[in-house]
Amino acid sequence: MKFKDYYEALGVERTATHADIKKAYRKLAHKYHPDVSPDPNSEAKFKDIAEAYATLKNPEKREAYDNLGKHPAGESFTPSPDWQQHFHAGEAGLDDVDLADLFSAFGRTAGGSQRRQSFPVPGQDYEIVAPVSLEQIYRGEEIELSAELPEYDTNGLAHRVARTFRITIPNAAANGQRLRLAGKGGPGFNGGRPGDLYVSLALQPHPLYRPDGRDLYIDLPLAPWEAVLGASVHVPTLAGTVELTVKPGTTAGQKLRLAKRGLASADGSAGALYAVVRIEVPKTVGAHEHELLKQLAAASNFNPRKHFA
Amino acid sequence: MSTPLSDSIWLNDVNLCPLEHLAEVSGLSIEEIEDLVDTDIIKPVDTGSQTRMFQLRYVVTVKTARRLRDDFELDRQGLALALSLLQRIDELQAEIHATKARLGRS
Repeated sequence: MKFKDYYEALGVERTATHADIKKAYRKLAHKYHPDVSPDPNSEAKFKDIAEAYATLKNPEKREAYDNLGKHPAGESFTPSPDWQQHFHAGEAGLDDVDLADLFSAFGRTAGGSQRRQSFPVPGQDYEIVAPVSLEQIYRGEEIELSAELPEYDTNGLAHRVARTFRITIPNAAANGQRLRLAGKGGPGFNGGRPGDLYVSLALQPHPLYRPDGRDLYIDLPLAPWEAVLGASVHVPTLAGTVELTVKPGTTAGQKLRLAKRGLASADGSAGALYAVVRIEVPKTVGAHEHELLKQLAAASNFNPRKHFA
Repeated sequence: MSTPLSDSIWLNDVNLCPLEHLAEVSGLSIEEIEDLVDTDIIKPVDTGSQTRMFQLRYVVTVKTARRLRDDFELDRQGLALALSLLQRIDELQAEIHATKARLGRS
């Protein structure tokens, strides 16, 4: 079992009062709670904070934790036989037990100094994040996910077991959408229903496409002469390359719409792909090109800054 | 171990559920869910039936509500206010995201 320094997680002394611990938790929760923090890494930080508070706010759990002694954070250790006898049944091995699971089991484990709960306790819900690509959503692919979920021994102690799930992503799925797998979370106790497993889709940035709802946007770089004279260009879409006609006089920022080339919607319709025109200029030109451009500059009466006057 | 899934459902705006389901999966009371309906944080779908039905995506909303209630020890008024503000932030972030998508890389 790995030791976790709950006092350090909350930034308080081991002699801190209950009020000090609560105050520290609240301050850190406001900063790191995943529902209010913009930092994507805050969830892991808050998990540590919440785990520490869940143990230290409960006098009986705090006493048990304090009796484990102080170890360097992350150090492997085994609670003494006296500790296990006093606070736990201790028949099962604790090597693969997480400290959080050990303390969350207080109150429902057999033996020890805890009163055994007799009311139904629902199982814990779990959430895992599934990174997905636009292509996987577009094609409605099946993906495989792995998660470490608890299984409980006869003493009510959780042992993390690797589980693998296969899910099919609907082609109408969106970033952040969740799949609920009923009853696949932690088991309930005393007749409580098992928890659920939630899979949250995290759409990965794409090198070409930018999604907005069911629509997709792609930059369409054009050479200046293509924009002026018009052109027929090949544009990649999720369904393959299509030919797009660029009209003469096309300007930068103009959006060329390719209907039904976006993502599918739940009602069977599909979004559009918008090609956003960008006019690119060559950084260097050859002597011949240079001469032609000079001739163009001399012949043209086009003034892009006419409205300045 | 690979588990074939049958009891799974996507939480989207197409699948619907009754109010009691939102209470069951979130652990909030019916009264707390009613508070969220009264403050328009979750809105029933007009299905023409007497039973109010809600988009299943609201499961995420009510679970967030439960988490905020427990983690910050919020009362019902505070919870409704926090959720309203979070919804507003979500809307603004979606607008920023959409604007960035339309404008392109620069």
